[in-house]
Amino acid sequence: MKAYAYFPGCSLERMARSYHISTLETARALGLELKELEDWNCCGATAYFHIDELLACALSARNLAIAEKDNLDLVAPCSGCYKNMYFANIHLREDADLAEHINAALEEDSLHFSGTINVRHLIEVFVNDVGIQEIKKKVTRPLTGLRIAPYYGCQLVRPRKDHQDVEQPQFFEELLSALGAAPIRCITKLRCCGASLIVTNRKAALAMVHTLLQDAVDHRAEVIATVCPLCQINLECYQNQANREFGTKLSVPVLYFTQLMGLALGIPPKRLGFGREIVSIPRTLLHGEKKEVAAHAR
Amino acid sequence: MTARLPFSKEVANLLWAAERSPVTACIQCGTCSATCPAVEFMDHSPREIIAMIRAELRDKVLASNAFWYCASCYQCTVRCPQRIDITDMMYALKRYSIWRNQYQKGLIGPGFSKLFVTSIIKRGKAFEPGLAPSYVSKYGLRGLLAESCTALRLFLKGRLPVIPARVKRIKQFRRLLGRIIPVGGLA
Repeated sequence: MKAYAYFPGCSLERMARSYHISTLETARALGLELKELEDWNCCGATAYFHIDELLACALSARNLAIAEKDNLDLVAPCSGCYKNMYFANIHLREDADLAEHINAALEEDSLHFSGTINVRHLIEVFVNDVGIQEIKKKVTRPLTGLRIAPYYGCQLVRPRKDHQDVEQPQFFEELLSALGAAPIRCITKLRCCGASLIVTNRKAALAMVHTLLQDAVDHRAEVIATVCPLCQINLECYQNQANREFGTKLSVPVLYFTQLMGLALGIPPKRLGFGREIVSIPRTLLHGEKKEVAAHAR
Repeated sequence: MTARLPFSKEVANLLWAAERSPVTACIQCGTCSATCPAVEFMDHSPREIIAMIRAELRDKVLASNAFWYCASCYQCTVRCPQRIDITDMMYALKRYSIWRNQYQKGLIGPGFSKLFVTSIIKRGKAFEPGLAPSYVSKYGLRGLLAESCTALRLFLKGRLPVIPARVKRIKQFRRLLGRIIPVGGLA
């Protein structure tokens, strides 16, 4: 059983609780051990970079140093946490002066950064470490024909990490196909959801949310699958406000990709955090009988 | 009195952590503006902001709302043919304007960022409802009602945090951050 240090992040503690629950269940079904990082702290989100880069780096460094104690790769299900800790790890490895400065601060908590572990996103661990073929073998309840819009968002793929394809990544579609679903080729799959602008510049963010929802509806998506709690919250919880702003009546459920994976792997819905949705999901999704859903969607 | 650096040099210095080219490499092709999902809300596009930095128009840049409308999506950064890290430049401009306390009036971003940073220094973890005072007051009655409805829906689904979470070794955590910069003023 392969083990990882698991960094849930602040959103998964409450607002994205179903992501947390479904992550743990799905990982277990795939034979991965996720050990929650001991006494982790906030990654700093984007706001820390508006104030001070060193402070932002120190926040990530503390998490990295704790993960290094067990020599486990650090896995984040949130794209924002992933991006922050991924680049802090790179900057600290490449810049000895920066690492010295940060390490002097880490002494206060008896920690030390040496750069011995890697930072990974949850979906990337599933796709690369478990493998799409292996996941396909474990599917017991295929999501046959379910029209899912895979929404990558921004910070999972951007800025570039290693040799990743930043313009036309396909791994999310491949994963959904392995679950038996019918991934839709939305042109907005990499377009921003508005992120924290939902708080600071509401009008702009609602326009960005609306563009994504409209694209999904135009492609007759039954569900949007997300890999980030902020994308999920913006697309689902602000769907109402976006509709009001643009005089539309769009209604698309937005689920975490782990919830869909869990269903396909035969895990009971109540162990995947279902029931917390604000935009209701097709009832048949949880009980099979896919054909009715498809007919209803037209 | 020491001579002050030109604005374009100051911005270049602010970008010390960026791995890519400085703004002087910009060829004004406009790929950043064409690719930006928030450009229609900005008073100056990213391309214009770069041109203004190079023209040393410090006050005009700081008075712009452009960088406060950057959602940090990095689309411009990965598409820039000159490999300028434009997103990082937007972050740098936010920091610069907060340090100088010089930004367009009425923006929510600066106050929200400050409150977020101080709340993390206090608890080590984010507590979303605690950040509400920095923005709901600026939404007007209609916005406030809409936001209350959204919050209520989340609450009914058990998704609204009620009790703030906290890092266990909070004293060590604060001392750790205190060694980076004296955060007494912030916390």
